[in-house]
Amino acid sequence: MILQVENPVVEVHDLTVSYDRKPVLWGIDLTLPAGALVGVIGPNGAGKSTLIKAMMNLLPVSSGYVRIFDQPLKQVYSRISYVPQRESVDWDFPASVFDVVLMGRYGQLGLFKRPRKADKDAAMEALEQVGMQSFAERQISQLSGGQQQRVFLARALAQNADVYFMDEPFAGVDIATETAIIQLLRLMRDQGKTVIVVHHDLQSASEYFDWVVLLNMRLVASGPTEQVLNQELLEQTYGGKLTLLSKVGDLLRKQEFPAREKS
Amino acid sequence: MQDFIEFFSFTDANIRYVTLGSVLLAASSAVVGCFTLLRKRALVGDAVAHAVLPGVCLAFIVSGTKNPFILLIGAFVTGWLSLVVIDYITSRSRIKEDTAIGLVLSVFFGIGILLLTAIQQTGNAAQSGLDKFLFGSAASLIGEDLIAFGVVAVMLLVAVVLFFKELTLLCFDQAYARTIGFPVRGLELLLTTLTVFAVVVGIQAVGVVLMAAMLITPAAAARFWTENLKVMLVLAALIGAFSGIAGAFVSYTAPSMPTGPWIVLIVSMIAILSFALAPGRGWVARILQQRRNKTRILEENLLKLLYQLGELRQDYGNARSLEELLERRNIPKNEALGGLQKLKRQGYLQKDDGRWVLTPEGEKRGRRVVRLHRLWELYLTQYLNLASDHVHEDAETIEHIITPELEQRLIEELNYPDLDPHSARIP
Repeated sequence: MILQVENPVVEVHDLTVSYDRKPVLWGIDLTLPAGALVGVIGPNGAGKSTLIKAMMNLLPVSSGYVRIFDQPLKQVYSRISYVPQRESVDWDFPASVFDVVLMGRYGQLGLFKRPRKADKDAAMEALEQVGMQSFAERQISQLSGGQQQRVFLARALAQNADVYFMDEPFAGVDIATETAIIQLLRLMRDQGKTVIVVHHDLQSASEYFDWVVLLNMRLVASGPTEQVLNQELLEQTYGGKLTLLSKVGDLLRKQEFPAREKS
Repeated sequence: MQDFIEFFSFTDANIRYVTLGSVLLAASSAVVGCFTLLRKRALVGDAVAHAVLPGVCLAFIVSGTKNPFILLIGAFVTGWLSLVVIDYITSRSRIKEDTAIGLVLSVFFGIGILLLTAIQQTGNAAQSGLDKFLFGSAASLIGEDLIAFGVVAVMLLVAVVLFFKELTLLCFDQAYARTIGFPVRGLELLLTTLTVFAVVVGIQAVGVVLMAAMLITPAAAARFWTENLKVMLVLAALIGAFSGIAGAFVSYTAPSMPTGPWIVLIVSMIAILSFALAPGRGWVARILQQRRNKTRILEENLLKLLYQLGELRQDYGNARSLEELLERRNIPKNEALGGLQKLKRQGYLQKDDGRWVLTPEGEKRGRRVVRLHRLWELYLTQYLNLASDHVHEDAETIEHIITPELEQRLIEELNYPDLDPHSARIP
């Protein structure tokens, strides 16, 4: 059950991504509607983060392309925002919470320019939205996991984008933070933004998202939550790896084969 | 002493130039080194420093002069080449980065030494002084050399100020920098170029062998003192500048002495001192904290003991002898006595005819420790399902660190209990 939409916000066409020549995502064809809260769901090693990173052009792709607002990524940097996994940075970096949130304004500022007063206002407002205003001067090395996630979220909010890509924002955070984040995401959706979230917890998925993408090395399903989260599709997603697919992938790596004949 | 006054009065124009040069070189490489350190590429700096030597020698062989600009260009080319080779090896083979750095460093340096020896054997009179690039000689930073190296050093400082925002983001979160449209490849190239330049200008003062220390050590030392990147840059520059002056002084008073090792020793001393003395992160601060903890545990145990005795006999106002206290709890006598005297000075105890009695404040504090102990025992049995005879040891430690806020939450979660797991009353 893969539902394609008209006028998609995000369009992924025939996307194949490989690590060390072994494909971890095979031929993904995906379109996502505007103004939806989208969950990307699948077992460990399914390629959820890889999909997001490939969409953000952070990984080389073996084939296919990604278009956002019907344009290549390069044209729409100002309309997208990426929230990386919390563990992807060193939190012992000498910076304050406010410094990090202010980075959300760097894209608009461009090179050379220093943050203006308006940028600082925007950063402070973003901190307020995640309930961290009293932590502005705190060193980032002193934050808990949930607070780190809120800071990353505030940085994304300060960008004022139209589409948000979030990699596991609920991983390893406390209940209070999880509730606060989902409320914020709903608010953003209600304001017409599109929010795409990599999520690992099947339990909360049906409650959180209005559109679900099921992924396990290939696209299993994409559609409105109530149509996608059913027994049959979940079994296809979680019911064991496609061992043949993995074996072929291993073969590609061992023999140094390209994933496509012509690249 | 004579030398010291002569040097630091800066009356001699040469001394002024040498000092200015050393300060500029050391400060600029320290500032660039901060970003190299934060990007976790410290070892790369070492590889570049060693790879610079063949470039200097080749430039000399080709041009036949010691014109600093030409030597700088040679140094820059091979320094850069070494980085390209490291990147190529890491991305195109199964060899990991640390191994690639080791390989490149030794191969380039080996070629450099080979060329240097060959030049020295030609008997070319112009070659004397090239070996200064090995261990550095700050005193030779005069005339053309000073201008050439000084200009590059100032350019480095300007570049860091100009690209501060971009370099910071590159070091903190490279993936994010790409998603907001920053030219990450270009910025990486910029930082690499700055690193190579920092090494190239620094070698005149420190020499290729020890240059990595000038790049990384001031940054590492500065990191101990601050959590603010801007402050860290300034501190690193100051530390670098200080060791630069010291190196120039040594080079001036003992011209035959290589400057590099001296500068590196001085900057390393500063780093070790920072490591020891820095507030919070340094180990002296940590040892002091541990000692404070120990005294606190002793004092609170004594107050608890007096309170428990009072509770047992229902006579809080009666004084106890030291022996009476030690009977109930095994504390070394001297330690106990010292603790009691300190508590008296603090107003928690009174001494009455050689015996000790709690003041109202002391009783309050003793009661709180007993309360926390029993609350924690109760918490462990209720929430962790531990047997009631297993919880005492744990509570002995935890009773000293629970804050008033945690205490309040503990009481609420346990629903205002009266008795601990051993049926003792919670005061």
